[in-house]
Amino acid sequence: MKITRVVILMVGLVLVLGGVSHAGKDLDAVLKKGFIQTGVNGGVFGFGMPDEKGVWRGLDVDTARAVAAAVFGDASKVKFTPLTAQQRFTALQSGEIDLLTRNATRTLSRETQLGLNFVTVNYYDGQGFMVPKALGVKSARELDGATICVLPGTTTEQNAADFFRSNNMKWKPVVIESTTELAKTFFAGRCDVLTSDRSQLAGTRAIAPKPKDYVLLPEVISKEPLAPAVRHGDDQWRDIVDFSVLAMINAEELGITSKNVDQMLKSKDPVVQRFLGVVEGNGKALGLDEKWAYNIIKQVGNYGEVFERNVGVNTTLGLERGLNALWTKGGLMYSPPFK
Amino acid sequence: MSDQAKNPPRDYLKPPMTEVGVLGWLRSNLFNTWYNSLLTVLVALLLWQLAPPFLKWAFFDSAWNTAPEVCYESEGACWSVVSKNINFIIFGFFPDGQQWRPGLSMLLLLGLVFYSRDRNHWRRSLGVYWLIGLSVMGTLMYGGVFGMPVVETAQWSGLPLTFMLSFFGMVAAYPLGVLLALGRRSRMPAIKSLCVIYIELIRGVPLISLLFMSSIMFPLFLPEGVTIDKVLRAQAAIILFTAAYIAEVVRGGLQAMPRGQFEAADALGLTYNQTMRLIILPQALKIVIPPTVGILLSAFKDTSLVVIIALYDVLKTTKVSLSNPKWTGFSTEAYIFLAVLYFICCYAMSSYSRRLEKELHTGH
Repeated sequence: MKITRVVILMVGLVLVLGGVSHAGKDLDAVLKKGFIQTGVNGGVFGFGMPDEKGVWRGLDVDTARAVAAAVFGDASKVKFTPLTAQQRFTALQSGEIDLLTRNATRTLSRETQLGLNFVTVNYYDGQGFMVPKALGVKSARELDGATICVLPGTTTEQNAADFFRSNNMKWKPVVIESTTELAKTFFAGRCDVLTSDRSQLAGTRAIAPKPKDYVLLPEVISKEPLAPAVRHGDDQWRDIVDFSVLAMINAEELGITSKNVDQMLKSKDPVVQRFLGVVEGNGKALGLDEKWAYNIIKQVGNYGEVFERNVGVNTTLGLERGLNALWTKGGLMYSPPFK
Repeated sequence: MSDQAKNPPRDYLKPPMTEVGVLGWLRSNLFNTWYNSLLTVLVALLLWQLAPPFLKWAFFDSAWNTAPEVCYESEGACWSVVSKNINFIIFGFFPDGQQWRPGLSMLLLLGLVFYSRDRNHWRRSLGVYWLIGLSVMGTLMYGGVFGMPVVETAQWSGLPLTFMLSFFGMVAAYPLGVLLALGRRSRMPAIKSLCVIYIELIRGVPLISLLFMSSIMFPLFLPEGVTIDKVLRAQAAIILFTAAYIAEVVRGGLQAMPRGQFEAADALGLTYNQTMRLIILPQALKIVIPPTVGILLSAFKDTSLVVIIALYDVLKTTKVSLSNPKWTGFSTEAYIFLAVLYFICCYAMSSYSRRLEKELHTGH
């Protein structure tokens, strides 16, 4: 009786541990289902959130649609599972989702211990500071003795503490649990500085009574490369997801947009011809239709379009490209050759 | 004088002005002792201070169905945050244009509940009505027939999800709880210890941890490729949790039954099943109506905890609507709306339980 129980437990454990990695089945499963089950945030405007009609919108959401366009030639063949921060990696490990695009920071321990493969970064974020313009502060190094509004229990709080300690400065944290209340407190003037990821700060500034009265300081005190992830075990699936992200970046480098992609099909440039599948090869190598990159650009757009549509300067968030500009324009977005 | 002679004074005196009518009511209810008078004055002062600004904020200066930009300008409440997002708050991801389906389902459910309120309707036909009603609701929600496109459970959200989780949570937990209570009092050691372990285990952990287990741990134990619906997992967790609490309440009722009732049943030669069904349970369950309703009410409100496993119940859809930077500043208004919604449901339940108690009252 006791022994059987132990055996059952052991088998269960092996199944659990072994279940994390398996070979080559993910793409097959996706193709068989006919859609990609994608884990998204569900509550961050501009990255992954339903609009008033319940339609998913955001940079992460569009990234998933790009993968669907590559695999099925139809960007709508994707279903979204909203996940909490705790659920996101388990959902991927257990096979509940095929792809995770939920503003997750790529780190060493997540790649190794959690058994995940992060692909190309689709948004470079980092922690920053926002101050009222009236304070006259130009750099975070002038913030000695400042009162700072911060969310508790996040890496944000720790990063801020590290930054101030390493610069021999004092600070007084004002800790408030909810993002909304935190913003209200800051605007009411109860603290001099608000610290968070810069994309969040920009969003917060957008809802200020007078957005122009606040500035983001230039310092970025942490690295948050947000990337889509798949689980270990299916390299082909990983490649497809990776190159779907890269295709959007490459298209921007080549100046191909959703509007001009049809004219670009007639381009004489061999690089463009290879990219759009006019000259065949890339699709076969990935195990996809030769038109896969064309479908991404036609249906979802290049990286610049997706960025501007969801978080760019003309949206409520009003984010500058910054690190997310192309490498030719001072950013980090860089695509390897498509050949 | 002559008038008085014609109409002689009546043979009773009118009560003093201060004892009848509005004044009398005020005197006997608000100013009957010195400390009550003091309290009345204090409360009146407080209302005088608080009510006008609140009314001004909530009604006179408020915006009801405007763009967010209008709200930024106005001093009052911005009810637009509710009215502009109402479709998403109530129906969540249910596809646009199909939202009449969950709407109709909810009406059907409310109608059935309302019909069942009357004890004269408690006949076998009622069960048939419920069966028909539930299958119609299921068909409406899922679709796939009569030209209605399929809507997967992942897209069931908002108020219908809240209703569904709490309704099925209560309906399934109640009989399970009664069985557990009977099991705990059973003379068979195996059954008894199983029930005790179950009840104590479940009562020993918060609902949040059960929900976490169901949504994060449980999937890891399933074989590859097998996934169980997220809504179903949460529903199961809620049922298991509520049942343990109901079991203890029902056990309280069983213990309140005098021994004579059991002995009389034995003397009549009734079997265990008959004793319980005909004599003990009807009395015991009646005694425990108030605490049971307390548990059902908190179960209804606890369904909002599914927020932490990213199910979009009506609380989560509201929160998501507030995540849109356009609306972030108006959380107060949105939460007031939710509070009113929850209050209506809970108040309806508790007032019904009071009526039921009165109707079933057969004592002296």
